[in-house]
Amino acid sequence: MSKHTLSVLVENKPGVLARIAALFSRRGFNIDSLAVGETEYPDVSRMTVVVDVDELPLEQVTKQLNKLVEVLKVVELEPASAVQRQVMLIKVRADPATRSQVLEMVSMFRAKVVDVATDSLTIEATGTTDKLRALLEVLQPYGVKELVQSGIVAVGRGPRSITDRALRSA
Amino acid sequence: MSDVRPATPVAPAVPSAPSPAQLAQQARARSPIEVTGAQSLVLSLEAMDVDTVFGIPGGAILPAYDPLLDSVKVRHILVRHEQGAGHAAEGYASATGRVGVCMATSGPGATNLVTPLADAHMDSVPIVAITGQVSSKAIGTDAFQEADIRGITMPITKHNYLVTNAADIPRVIAEAFHIASTGRPGPVLVDIAKDALQARTTFSWPPRFELPGYRPVARPHSKQIREAARLIAQAERPILYVGGGVIRARATEELHRLVELSRIPVVTTLMARGALPDSHPLHLGMPGMHGSVPAVTGLQKADLIIALGARFDDRVTGQLSTFAPEARVVHADIDPAEISKNRRADVPIVGDCKAVIADLIEAVDADNDAGRGGDYTEWRERVAGWKESFPLGYAEPEGGTLAPQYVLERLSAIAGPESIYVAGVGQHQMWAAQFVQYERPNAWLNSGGLGTMGYAVPAAMGAQVGEPHRTVWAVDGDGCFQMTNQELATCVINNIPIKVAIINNSSLGMVRQWQTLFYNERYSNTDLHTSVGSRVPDFVKLAEAYGCVGLRCERPEDVDATIRAAMDVTDRPVVVDFVVHRDAMVWPMVPAGVSNDAIQVARDTAPQWDREESEAVEQSLDPDHDGIPSGSHRI
Repeated sequence: MSKHTLSVLVENKPGVLARIAALFSRRGFNIDSLAVGETEYPDVSRMTVVVDVDELPLEQVTKQLNKLVEVLKVVELEPASAVQRQVMLIKVRADPATRSQVLEMVSMFRAKVVDVATDSLTIEATGTTDKLRALLEVLQPYGVKELVQSGIVAVGRGPRSITDRALRSA
Repeated sequence: MSDVRPATPVAPAVPSAPSPAQLAQQARARSPIEVTGAQSLVLSLEAMDVDTVFGIPGGAILPAYDPLLDSVKVRHILVRHEQGAGHAAEGYASATGRVGVCMATSGPGATNLVTPLADAHMDSVPIVAITGQVSSKAIGTDAFQEADIRGITMPITKHNYLVTNAADIPRVIAEAFHIASTGRPGPVLVDIAKDALQARTTFSWPPRFELPGYRPVARPHSKQIREAARLIAQAERPILYVGGGVIRARATEELHRLVELSRIPVVTTLMARGALPDSHPLHLGMPGMHGSVPAVTGLQKADLIIALGARFDDRVTGQLSTFAPEARVVHADIDPAEISKNRRADVPIVGDCKAVIADLIEAVDADNDAGRGGDYTEWRERVAGWKESFPLGYAEPEGGTLAPQYVLERLSAIAGPESIYVAGVGQHQMWAAQFVQYERPNAWLNSGGLGTMGYAVPAAMGAQVGEPHRTVWAVDGDGCFQMTNQELATCVINNIPIKVAIINNSSLGMVRQWQTLFYNERYSNTDLHTSVGSRVPDFVKLAEAYGCVGLRCERPEDVDATIRAAMDVTDRPVVVDFVVHRDAMVWPMVPAGVSNDAIQVARDTAPQWDREESEAVEQSLDPDHDGIPSGSHRI
């Protein structure tokens, strides 16, 4: 199996997220990551769904998504021609003895400290899944107290916009 | 209510109802008027040309029932269980080709529609279900009779709505009918909050659709058609695998023309019985688990399958990896998700079957004119031999008891091809699919995909309402009948004179057959006591208690007279209790999960093929061979 990133443009209406999530589970597909938000058009939402499936089931899930009345467009974003980002907030143990080492890691990964307490730091990091995993690995030895991460968002490289095209064909 | 069965002659079934989209446009534009949400709902149904709604009122839908009382266009038929309303809407839709409508209240009313919605979803039946919902302010509070029916039905409807604003009602109703009946048809549920039904609003018609994401493809791609025609011309052993989509697309005339032009043998699936007349010489019968030997073998030996509106269901393919191993596949369907879902298509064609077949006719015709057409003479002779050698048959049961297959044969002969036959699910359904001769589309209604026991009586009721001039026979089992027979009350009270043939083997027969074959004859919980030992209930008395005519037939020599007696009753429903031999089994059969090559014509009995390539000729010359080898089995 391999990971695929789907951008799904949907009508911004109540219940759409439930419908799409239900479709994945009903057809037996596991969602690795899901992020959703409004686009530049307030009546259109964009979901970025990462699924771990083979080529054939992927074709089936794409077709099933397209059948949903509220789905406007489904595009698979190839890793090479898309920018993918994820946000991670990590609360890591950092007492006076280790704080400077942790801060060094933060700057090496171009992450940010967004909250400080006597024995902890909260770090905000943005990047690809691989980069965030690497950061997490180096912070692990200090003691990760809490971890939260967003779904992956992705956009194709170059000047073209899938939203424009979706709305034109509508 | 007037008698719904006047004695006018029956017109041929060519349903040509305009689409709801056309209706919405054609309906006389109404300038805005001040109404309630409930009135807006009824006006919308009228504008969609709805003549019948099957339903039951209740708290949340109550406001809608008040203006319904005043409607002279919409007839509401009060059923006895919401499941009956849903199946009746399906029966109406399947018999007429128009959208069927059912209505129920919130909570349990709505959840009782779940089975028919799932059924309609599997069999692509265009129905619209309207349910009341608790007031919008109470939604989510576990209010009395609250159920999240939109959430519940998301995976079993083509689309569904929750309406909390009265102003949305006309648009949502028009969209619901449009979605239900276009593209691949299916069920649409509209859940309307009680306060939206009570609110003041304005009604105007036609509404503007807001469906930017709904664009079903109807026109097939010409390049794919050319490619299909090329494979057809090259093929030596092509076969047309015709599914229910051809009937839903009203493409049976086109199919007939394609068959005449190409002279390619045809199989029609359970959902497509009647798409090509059974009497057609190139018709090989039904494929699948209980398909005919020529149909199953025809697909297995084919080098090209042209699938039209079919979906390679597991009951057709058997073990998928060994299904039609030598065949290339042309797969035409209006739903792109069906193509290559189970069997990879070499030539996928997305489009409406009517347009696809029309284009194929043109392409094949052009190839024939240019002298490039395929020649399948040898193949046709081979399949004709199989047809000759392996006709459907059955063994007479011992001791003068009644063979269920004989009942269906006689019913077919006496009621004829203009009648509508509606089956439940199980052995009687398979016998009705096998032994009734279907000559026209929409004459055969059944629950194919979901396999819903209890479908027959309410669906027959809906079919009778939609086609009042036809004779409608529900062919039901003693198990199925007991799931929904309460709708006989609805039929009696509303003058819906359906006829019910109960094929009563005192058992859940198909399950019993599997217990016989695969569970060492250990009959766990399949005895229904409806004829063997006791009659609980006595179906004749039950029929009479409802005000129907009740008849019973237990001997072969009484079958014709009993059917004729039932045919003579036109002023009320008739229930005939055909008490049949309980050990009769459905043959042929491909056991579940194995290759279709393992088809058996009777217990532990494979068809007796002769030499591989000459079997057809050899066996057709054998006068003793009737397709049912003797000796090793007993029915």
